[in-house]
Amino acid sequence: MKENVVISVRNLVKKFGNFTAVDNLNFEVYKGEIFGFLGANGAGKTTAIRILSGLSVPTSGDAVVSGFSARRQPEKIKQVIGYMCQRFSLYEDLTVRENITLYGGIYGMSRQLIKESTAELLGRLNFENYADTLISSLPLGLKQKLAFSVAVLHDPGIVFLDEPTGGVDPVTRRQFWEMIYETASRGITVFVTTHYMDEAEYCDRISIMNEGRIVALDTPAELRKKYNASSVEEVFVKIARPNGRLHTA
Amino acid sequence: MHGPTAAYTQHDMKRFLGFVKKEFLHISRDYRTLIILFGIPAAQILLFGYVVSTDIKNAGVAFFDQSKDEITRQLTDKICSSGFFTKTGDLASQDDIDRIFKKGGTKAVVIFENDFGRNLVSRGKGEISIIADGSEPNVATLVTNYMTAIISDFNMDLAGQAAGAALIVRPEVRMFYNPGLKSHYMFVPGVITLIMILICALMTSVTITREKEFGTMEVLLVSPLKPIQIILGKVMPYFLLSFIDVIVILLLSWFVFDLPVKGSLALLLGESMLYIMMSLSLGILISTVSGTMQQAIFISLVGMMLPTILLSGFIFPIENMAEIYGWISSILPPRYFIVIIKNIMIKGTGFLYVWKETLILTGFTVLFIALSVRNFKIRLQ
Repeated sequence: MKENVVISVRNLVKKFGNFTAVDNLNFEVYKGEIFGFLGANGAGKTTAIRILSGLSVPTSGDAVVSGFSARRQPEKIKQVIGYMCQRFSLYEDLTVRENITLYGGIYGMSRQLIKESTAELLGRLNFENYADTLISSLPLGLKQKLAFSVAVLHDPGIVFLDEPTGGVDPVTRRQFWEMIYETASRGITVFVTTHYMDEAEYCDRISIMNEGRIVALDTPAELRKKYNASSVEEVFVKIARPNGRLHTA
Repeated sequence: MHGPTAAYTQHDMKRFLGFVKKEFLHISRDYRTLIILFGIPAAQILLFGYVVSTDIKNAGVAFFDQSKDEITRQLTDKICSSGFFTKTGDLASQDDIDRIFKKGGTKAVVIFENDFGRNLVSRGKGEISIIADGSEPNVATLVTNYMTAIISDFNMDLAGQAAGAALIVRPEVRMFYNPGLKSHYMFVPGVITLIMILICALMTSVTITREKEFGTMEVLLVSPLKPIQIILGKVMPYFLLSFIDVIVILLLSWFVFDLPVKGSLALLLGESMLYIMMSLSLGILISTVSGTMQQAIFISLVGMMLPTILLSGFIFPIENMAEIYGWISSILPPRYFIVIIKNIMIKGTGFLYVWKETLILTGFTVLFIALSVRNFKIRLQ
């Protein structure tokens, strides 16, 4: 099991002045896993993701991502991960192919490799006819799929998805999750945050953050059992708002 | 085989070039950017050159010659052949004056008194009246000044012909560097100064905040691109394009307005690069304090364009400003560049005369970059 650990977080703390955004996190993420990262707004999710993706340096403790330390080698981390954020991240005034080429180049892929990957990607998404279409003229669902495919174009060990399905219709969300499954089956670890609790059910394991700490971490089924809840949503409500239990009981 | 360092720098360069290429694609796809980049400079030069021109060229002038002798004919010829005036008519009566002004096209009327030539020879004195159309005060002043100059010149000729005539000492005013008091000398440096601030500060701040607003900046920051590469990649195209703009404006001013660069062209281009870098770093600074494109546009336009036009000495001389405006003006970088460019273009002076301004511009550049880096670090925290 130990060899399969791709993210290992030890005593991770991040403080802004007197405010502790991330308070002593400890967890591991395994290869090929879909790891859901839940928590209310302001629970410290974003801060944690920023550290794990090499954007921010921890105050104390460390996180090892694909073998690189977030404290000492954030630049190395950036080269081996993929990232897709909530806001749509392709350039509207560039064509599909230009966007793919740009990101491929940024991640240091050779021209030949970019060409091959582009053809493969377009084929997989049935996008051949859109190769030279401007992104701005594609429907949101297609853009979102494309953004995800571009985020894993360079075959990263881990891809971070920060609320990737915000503002997307249910059908597209379902299709998007099919892509996530397909990616995980290729051995790419998916680290995803979401607001949609039904999506949390799709994850292999989920962690729930509250006030900078991880208050629960297990498979959705185990969590439901442990908290005697019928859905992850119920688990979340019970954990994130402990007072809620008094009222609903 | 490459060592690890060599491989990295090679990758870095490739990444960077791909990123710069993307920026050029953005620019070429956005017609508004293209208009600002190339349309506005050309339009401004032509606008200031032809429409707002304060020079006189072929101004209409009519003559009411009541004497019609040899001397008035000579003087009329001299006025009309000066290049500044064109004859629009010979008037027969006092009433015609009003009529011809109202018809338009005539800026002034010259009236010779009865027996002008005879009076001049016998009494040494002839009366000429110049009536100018005061509804355009600037033009009127210019017309009368030019006319007076031509007439006194004519006087000199006459005095010279009359051998042995008493020498008359008369003041002679000459304008150094800009003998024709051509306004081009004023506006070409001004337009370059203004355009560079517009393109560099406005365009860079907008293009960087656009990435922030659309969320692509976050993706770029998470990518292996270093922040310095992102920023350089964003501003590099604008550096090149503004430099091309400088050259286009200089060529226009040379070929269309006959205004060559008197001093060292290399020095002028070097100083322009410094000024462009200063403006770019200002643009970067603006982008670090504005969250949206609208904010960036507002700060650039209201914060930079207006003060540049009003207070940098482009239109209104700094010496004539109230003290407080003079103070404000001294913290505006364009003010120093105008001094530099005027010195080099018009007076033809060398670096020794502009080193102080050069130093100040360098200081501004360093300050803006330092502030941007600080803001950027705070945001990344």
